[in-house]
This record gives sequence, C-alpha cells and structure tokens, in this order.
Amino acid sequence: MKPFVYERATDVSSAVAAVAGRPDASFLAGGSNLVDLMKMEVVKPELLVDIRHLISHTIEELPGGGLRIGAGVSNNELAADRRVRRRYPMVSQAVLAGASFQLRNLATVGGNFLQRTRCPYFRDVSMPCNKREPGTACSALEGHQRDMAILGASESCVAMHPSDMGVAMAALDAVIRTVGPDGERTIPVNELYRSPADGPERDTVLKHGELITAVDLPDVPVAATSRYRKVRDRASYAFALVSVAAALRVRGGAVREVRIALGGVAHKPWRARTAERHLIGRPATEANFRAAAEAELAAAEPLKGNAFKVPLARNTIVSMLRTLAEEA
Amino acid sequence: MERKITLRVDGKERTLTVDTRTTLLDALRERLGVTSAKKGCDHGQCGACTVMVDGLRVNSCLTLAVAREGAEVVTADGLAEGDELHPVQRSFISHDAFQCGYCTPGQIISAVAMMREAEEGWPSVVSEDLDADEFPLSREEIAERMSGNLCRCAAYVNIVEAIEEVARS
Amino acid sequence: MNDQPSRRTVIKAGVGALGAAVLPVGADPARASTAVTAVEAAGRPVRGGIGAALKRVEGPLKVRGAATYAYEWPVENPAYLYPLLSTIATGRITGVGTEAALAEPGVLGVLTHLNAPKLASAEPEVVILQSDRVLHHGQIVGAVIAESIETARYAAGLVTFEYAAEPVDVDLRADRDDLRKPQHAQGFGQLPGDLMNGSPADTAVGDFEAGMASAVHQLDETYTTPIQQHNPMEPHAAVATWTDDEITLYCGSQGVTTPQGLLATAFGVEPARLRLVSPYVGGAFGSKDFSALWGTLALMGARLVPGRPVKLMFTRQQMFTLVGHRPASVQRVRLGADARGRLVAIAHDTVQETAKAKQYAEQTVQGSRTMYAAPHRRTTTRIALLDLPVPTIMRGPGESTGMFALESAMDELALKMGMDPIEFRLRNEPETHPESGQPFSSRHLVRCFEEGARRFGWKHRDKKPRARRKDGWLIGTGVAAATYPSPRLPGSTASASVDKDGRYTVRIAASDIGTGSWTTLAQIAAEALGVPLDRVTLHIGDTRYPRASSGGFSSGINSWGTTIYAAARELRAALDKNGGTIPAEGLEVTTAMPDDPNLAKYEFNSFGAQFAEVRVHEDTGEVRVPRLLGVFDIGRVINPLTARSQLLGGMTWGLSMALFEETVVDHRYGNFVNNDLAGYHVAANADVGSIEVHMLDERDPYINPMGSKGAGEVGIIGTAAAIANAVHNATGVRVRDLPITLDKLFR
Repeated sequence: MKPFVYERATDVSSAVAAVAGRPDASFLAGGSNLVDLMKMEVVKPELLVDIRHLISHTIEELPGGGLRIGAGVSNNELAADRRVRRRYPMVSQAVLAGASFQLRNLATVGGNFLQRTRCPYFRDVSMPCNKREPGTACSALEGHQRDMAILGASESCVAMHPSDMGVAMAALDAVIRTVGPDGERTIPVNELYRSPADGPERDTVLKHGELITAVDLPDVPVAATSRYRKVRDRASYAFALVSVAAALRVRGGAVREVRIALGGVAHKPWRARTAERHLIGRPATEANFRAAAEAELAAAEPLKGNAFKVPLARNTIVSMLRTLAEEA
Repeated sequence: MERKITLRVDGKERTLTVDTRTTLLDALRERLGVTSAKKGCDHGQCGACTVMVDGLRVNSCLTLAVAREGAEVVTADGLAEGDELHPVQRSFISHDAFQCGYCTPGQIISAVAMMREAEEGWPSVVSEDLDADEFPLSREEIAERMSGNLCRCAAYVNIVEAIEEVARS
Repeated sequence: MNDQPSRRTVIKAGVGALGAAVLPVGADPARASTAVTAVEAAGRPVRGGIGAALKRVEGPLKVRGAATYAYEWPVENPAYLYPLLSTIATGRITGVGTEAALAEPGVLGVLTHLNAPKLASAEPEVVILQSDRVLHHGQIVGAVIAESIETARYAAGLVTFEYAAEPVDVDLRADRDDLRKPQHAQGFGQLPGDLMNGSPADTAVGDFEAGMASAVHQLDETYTTPIQQHNPMEPHAAVATWTDDEITLYCGSQGVTTPQGLLATAFGVEPARLRLVSPYVGGAFGSKDFSALWGTLALMGARLVPGRPVKLMFTRQQMFTLVGHRPASVQRVRLGADARGRLVAIAHDTVQETAKAKQYAEQTVQGSRTMYAAPHRRTTTRIALLDLPVPTIMRGPGESTGMFALESAMDELALKMGMDPIEFRLRNEPETHPESGQPFSSRHLVRCFEEGARRFGWKHRDKKPRARRKDGWLIGTGVAAATYPSPRLPGSTASASVDKDGRYTVRIAASDIGTGSWTTLAQIAAEALGVPLDRVTLHIGDTRYPRASSGGFSSGINSWGTTIYAAARELRAALDKNGGTIPAEGLEVTTAMPDDPNLAKYEFNSFGAQFAEVRVHEDTGEVRVPRLLGVFDIGRVINPLTARSQLLGGMTWGLSMALFEETVVDHRYGNFVNNDLAGYHVAANADVGSIEVHMLDERDPYINPMGSKGAGEVGIIGTAAAIANAVHNATGVRVRDLPITLDKLFR
C-alpha cells in the first residue's frame, strides 16, 4: 500500500472539496473494495477522506411513495429494512446474494455501486489492463474469459461489473443523488456507467470528488412481487456468472408490466429493455419469455470462453419469468 | 504516516500508534499481540479475520485501524470469561467442529453474531419468507449465514451441528 | 527422506535428558491430581485409551484462538519480510533496481540473487535466489525486509526487475512428443523408485491388448483433472532468528525433522543448531511437507539482520506458486469385461504435468493396480516437463485423481452392460493384490458396499438417467469405491518416561496439522502404558524431541503411533523389571520404530464405499450435493470423533474437487490466473449438505500393534467419481473433465 494521509472529514462539503482538490485523493466509506485494491496497489490514493460517519445511514420515505436510501446504509441494513423487503424484495434478495454477512456489514450502498470489476487481469498489476493502465492492452480478450462480459463490451475492455444490488436497482430505475464540486445532481442508475468503448479506465460518469449521498427507489408497485436469481459456481459467497432481477404483472393472461435486469453479463447492471418491450401486451407464455430473452441476447457478443453465458442468461430469464408468472 | 488511536479490545482499552495503512487485523496481531483473529487471505475472501466491531461482525483485514478510533472490538478470545468458555466455544469442542483450528476463532465470532442477527430479524438469501419477523435457524439458514467463513479442513457438517445445538437451547 | 535412526532402545534413569524445555502449549492432558507410585497392570482397558471418542485436548486453546501458529510466536522487535515474485515464467533476470526500496524509511535490506547467501542444496523445494534463472511465473526473485509489514510490502513494489523472457510452455497434452517416463520420483526424488510411492512407472500383467480384444464389453475413455491448490487456511509462515548459538525457526510444517535436515544442509549448518518448532499447523494437506521455501526465505532474512527475528507470511496469492500444487492429469482408462461382467482387461495410462525443475510424479494409477481382479492389465505414467512450479503431494496424492478416472469408467461400463454398479464391483473383488499377488492385511470393501447400500437406500435407485426430478431439479445418485495405502514411513523415534509421581511423558517430533495427533497419539501411549490418559503428557512439534517422519500419506498413526506404542511398551517392560515400582529418579526409554517382518508380506490399504445424491438444475445446470454417505474400512479406530472428522473433511474435499477446484493457467504468460480464494473456489458451508460417515472399526491383524489403518486420505478418494456418476444418473450427461461446472451440463 502506498503511504497515504488519512483525514476524517467534518462535513460533506469540505470532504468533497478535499477530494476534488487532489487527483490522488479518494473517499473512504466501508473500505471493503478500496482497501482490497489498495493492498495490491491497483489503486494508490495518497489522501483518504473518511466520510463513513458523514453520509446518511438512514432509509426515509419519499413523498411520491418511494424510498431514499442513505449512501452510508450498510448492505445488510438495506436488505433487512422492512419496507425494502416488502416493497422491493428483489433488492433484499440481490444484496443478500452478494458477498458474505460480515462483508455486507462493512460495505455501504454507495460503495456497492462503485465497486470495481473482478477481472483477474485488472487485479494483477503485473498484467496489461486498459482499465487499470490505459493504453496497455486488454489481457482478458485473449485470456481467461469465463467471467467476462457478453453485452456492451469493447475491444479495449471485456470486464464485467460484479454488483448484485445494482442489478435490482437498475430494474427499478433507481436514481443516484450526488454532491460534487459543482453542486448536487441526480443520475439514474442506468446512466451511471460509461461504455468501455469510451475509455474503460473510468467506470462511471461521476466526476472526481463527486460523492454519492443517497439513492432513490421510486414507487414501483410491481416490485412487490419481484425476485432476484443469482447463478454462480458456489452456492454462496461467489460472484454471479449470470443473475436476473425481475418483476412481472400479468392480467388476463397477458404481460401488463415487466422489469428485467441482468448481472454478470456486462460492464454495468444490464437493463433488458429489449426483452421488456418484447413482452408488454403479449401472452405470458414460455414461448414468449424465451423469445424475449433471445431478443435481448441477440446483441450478445460472447468470447469463446464465456459463450455459455448466452444460453445461461436466456434460461435464467425464462426460468425467472415462469416463476413470477406462476406466483402472480 | 503514523496515528495514535484508542480501541477497546476484548474489554480492555488499548492505545496504540499505527501506520495509516495498518489494517485492524494487523493492528490486533502485530501491534497488540491479540492473535485470536487470523489472517487467511487478507482480502475478505475467507473470513478467518472476522471480529465484532461495535457489535457487528466484520472482516478486520479490510478495515483500516485509523478509521475505527474508539471502536469496541471483540475477538473469539474475548467471548470467554476467564477460563469459562462461551457456549458456542464449548459446542464447537464437543462437536469437533474444527481440526487445524485456524479458521475457528472467525467461525465462532460469526456463529455468535449470526444467532443474534437471525433473532433480530435479519433475513438471509435462503429465507423462505423475506417478510418474517424472525428467522429460525434451520440447517440451510446456518450454512448460508456461515458461508463467509471458509474451513479448508472442511468441518462444515460439525460446525452446523455445533451451532444448531446452541441455537436450540 | 530421513536418516534411519539406529534401531535400539535406550533406557536410562532420570527424566529430562532430552532437555526440560517444555512447549508453552497449554495442551497438556496430564493434570494428575494425586501422586501415585504404584504401576497399574497393563492390558486392561484404560480411561482415554484406543477407541475413546475424546474431544481434542487442544480444543480449549483453538476455540479462543490461543493455539500458537508459526507467525504468532511472541518475539522481540521483529523485522518483516515480504517476498518478490517473478512476473515472467521463463528466462533470465538481466537487471535489478533496489535503490528506491532501500531509500524508503524503515527498509532494512533487499534480498535478490545478487546478494543472497549461497546454499548447498539443489532441491527446488528449498532453494531460492541462487541464480538469475527464472523457471516459472511467480518464482521468488527477491525480498524486502523492513520494520513493519506495511513498509516491507510497499517497498517490495519499488524494487524493479528487468528480464530477458523466453517462450513459455505450459501446455499439458497427451499427444506431446516430448513426454517422459518418470524416474527417481520416490520420496520427493530422494529415493530410486520411479513414482512418488516408490513403485515403477509402468506395470503389466498378462497381455492387455489380447485380453481387451477378447472382451465382450469394452470401454475406452479419457478423463482429465486440472491443477488444484491446497489452500490451507493458514498461509505458509515462518519466524526465524539467527544467533551465533542457535538458529530458531517457528515454521508451520507437517513435520519438523525433514525440513530441519533440508534447511541445515542448504545453509551448511549442523542440524542440531537449527531448531524447528511447529506444535500447531493451520492446515497443510501436503503443502507443508517437503517444500520449505518459506523456511529458507525467513532464514535468509534472519542472516541479513543477525539476532533479530524475521517474520514472513506468504500472501494467499503467493501461495499459489510457492508451495506446490496437485498436478493436472490426462488419463485414458480402458476396461474389458466378459459376458458375466468379470473384468478381463484393465489399462490405465496417465500423462501428468510436472516442472522442468523437478520430475515430480505421483502414483495416479495406483488405484487401478489395487482395486479389481483381471488377468490382463497394465498401467503407464508419463510426465510433461513444463514451465510451471514444482507440483507436490496434495490430499490423497495419486489416487484422488486416478480413482476419479477408474471409478467413473467402472460406472460407464456397468451402465453399458446394464449391470448395477455395485454388483459390477463386487464381481471383480480380488482375492489378493491383483498385481503383486500378496494378500491384503485386511480388505473389507465388500462390507463397505453392503453397509453403504443399506444405509443409503441404494436399492430404491432408478438406474435410468433423467428419471427423477423435483421443482426444476433433476435428481440422481451415484457410487464409487475408495482405497488408499497405509504406509509406514521410516525415521521415527520416541521417548517415554515416568517420574516418581507416576506421570508419564511421551516425546516425538511428530506434528498435528488438524488430524488430531495431539489427542490420538496420547491415547495410543495411554493404551500401551496401561494408564489413564490423564496421566500422560505428549510433546510433539519440536526438533528437540526425538526425530520423526513427516505427516503425510495417511502415515501418522502407523509411523508415529507404532513408534510411541513401542516406546511405551519398553517403558512398561522396564518398570516391570523393576518389580513394578518407579525408581525415585524416574525412568526413561528412547525407542526407534521397530522392524516388522509383516510389512513385506502384506498389502496395507484402507478402503471405502462412497455414495452421493446430487441435484442438477434443469435450466441452469447448477449442481448441488444434498447427501454424501461413506462407509470406511480404516482398521481399528483410535478416536471415533477425530477419525470421523478426518473422513468428513476428506469427503468434503472430494465434493470441492468434483464441483469447483481448478487452477486456470494463462498459456501466454504461464501464470495462474485465479490465484485467490474468490477466484479459486473451495467448498463453502452452503455447498455441503448431509454427510454421513460410518466406520467398520475392524482391527487389522498385521499393520501395527493398534490394528489401525490410515484415515486422512481415503475420505477424498472416489467422492468425485461418485458425484460425477450421480450427475450422469441425474442428467444423462457424462462429465469426464473436472470440475463439473454448470456450463458442462445445461442445455
């Protein structure tokens, strides 16, 4: 770990100013990903501004019926919240499917969005990696491909985003609230992540020094019957090969409302809008579920080593929609 | 960059100087001589370093010591009162829930914490009814809630039995 | 591996000739409350003797985290060492830059091949930093010693290496034209036998080709297993102090005598000057046996800062290339059977990987030599020398991969013949060892199958694949046989003593890597002495105690236990000679492991029958193993509690090997890609369902005075095959390439 100065910020604006003012500065919240990467010198901040105690640890009702989740809420607190469990079960399930209980006590909601890829070449500083060192190469492209992205990837980077929580948030059209050097703003989760084609070294549209303060979950009634399904090698404590967050409302045998997002397949939580469009108004049948999944995955450009993810994602989407239709 | 911090470790107040880079795990083991928490992977991938910080189980290897000024830290050694072992510790011994013993202190902290979590209504990913008030510790629930603690000797079957017995009583 | 100690017993009056330095272990089971002078008669059951289900004596320490592992020995003012690893797989180091590191405050020194002490050894498991040559990715090329962990690690990143890299060759294929027949792999290359266990690389009985041609039913399939990693929870660690008098090395190790010899030779010091201490080891599984690179590196560090303790712990990532691994294998199995399901021909040809640095070659085909009768048979072993780290023994070395292949093939042929796979095996049970013709000392495999089938409910099984499903999961069951030799390794000596108060002490430089030796060896001593366990104190894990073989190959009880038994009986005899009273000055005997003519007359093996139930998700191919059941013939059980744990652990390893474990090699760079516990999966708690372990507890009449065979390995043998066979039963898909990941299953 490179030596660094540790500062406990006293208020949000001075924390933002401190980080924004130095390119080698970084916010510290839960630390579960940052400290991990610092040990391997994948990231080397020289100033850490601790904001864990400053950012909100509460979950509040929004006037429109949604919830505002403080960025400092731990992953476990989010999953255990009664309102979240009832109104957005896919969020609870997604969070609980990630990492381990003790890691989820450390990890914050804000940090979960910003966790870096698990690509082994990104995590090994002796390997070329465009995300870590722009202009070197993408080692995964011709290397170990099993965990890599099948959607939205680029020649310059095929890494995938490891979040489970983010997948459910993408399905719900959650909105991130930030405060940065230019003031406050909101960013839909589905617009948070940048395409790797635009330079994989920057994961998100956040500016340096911009801090996530909360995430707003809009009122989505159909989410009350939503689910999250994670397919992975180990039964627990493993990253997703493919995951699906979905909600479904069927009336008169036809799909009235549907939300689908995929994890483990792209550089970001992947909102499956093509599949959703394909389903709206159509009969909730196995054949239509399959056709919708295939329509979404038509854009997939798998590598040799992760081609299985295409049929796996298809089957998992179909399986999920079947379950939701049966429950509806 | 050195910093002076104060922690309460297993009931004792300890003041120490740490490098800002020092993790809570290394602070305990190398600065305070508290070797109950173990280093297994140093990256949050095994759970051997699990301790309770302010009542919650966390991976001490991913926690910077400077960021925990004033925290209350409990290791497996702190669960015992003098020579009197905690019921979970006794149950681990009688069920032979360990072999080499290296992951054991982390397992025991996790076991104690997870019984409280389930009682306080924290669900897990295998909980049938997410909306329940509490989560009875079935074998499956215990196994899922203990999956953040790897055991390469593979005493899992006995670990689950040891916890089941304490949870029942 | 060890020098043979002289085979004689030394009896002397007085305790403590071996030094009164008692380990601060706190694990002493002896807490005699009343002084006794009378000697109890031997021969009758004793409290805490063999067969007692005793809790681990060191349990109270371990559940608090108070057992002292290598890195945890309290030392004054330690320096910290962080290793530097090569980032190429093959080539030469052409330049080293240490200035920036040395300029970092707190750095005490940088070790590279340019300034490292010269070593008088060529063992690649011990030798580092002797030349500019790089033989594998992740090889030790240097180290930084500093005042703190943080500084050592950061400064390590400031050291620069320039390399002249050469082409990398890490491809294991059976059709390579440069495969070799292994030689001198016995005992890590210390002895002349071809394979690790001393057996020849190739064996043949009858005429395999002719036998195969005559067979009514034939099977010819190839099975592969990947590189696997031990990953004990305790990383390899050492704390070394080098003074003019003594060199002390606290070092997690499966034995202290072997590394003492290896390291003393390498550093050119008298073995007696180098003290190794290792009472508690946080798992090893083969990776802390012959290899001792961490010991070498810590000692080099200690030489650099004389008098000051140097602490070293490999990172999890570094362990992947520095402590050995299970070699990958490509195994062709051919079976031929007659119309009644009797095998007429068996061939098992394996190709496995080793390093250019050393011809490690394990006995992958040994199970096929041992298991089934057939008049025509052959086995061959070939190795590919690659730019990889030296492989080493890993739980169930040889048979764990070999029996995956053989027992999968047996299932395949049974299915082809329409015969029950248990019935097929029973029909081919041999009278004597199929190759050597020698009798087995005991072989209760048939009973294991019968007992297992009854307990598992085997007769209710649906033979047809894809016949059972529930809630979207296909359900299947499978079975496989298990066997592992119970060797007795040479080189152990034990002392047994009694003081005037009737307290007995047994000393031997044995180890407890989680196997239960602290408890079971004391039980054996109590039994042989004829005294209750609470009057026996055991001391192990220190080179100050009489020398001992390393723990491995399920040899512990048979080697150390037999030696302790002999020492205890000698002491008992000496007491009897003294009229049954203890001399005021006490009494002590030191005994080498006795010769036993039976060792040459019999084949010694543990056996088992493994049953598995699996579920495979129809949509995703996810595999779950809700139930495993094993019945084992491990001879007389010393301690049912710890023996069960050994077998449970082995079976869980088999599950982990079947479903998860695979080291990914990047063929461009020669590195291990998934080198951490998030990338290399071992079974977690949620992966394990119900596991039932049953032990026949049948005394072996010839193996040793306890009648006990090995238990550490046999649990992992056959488990992966039973699971693969169950997966086939569930899905109709035969997976011949481990691990059985979901991408190989779903449609």
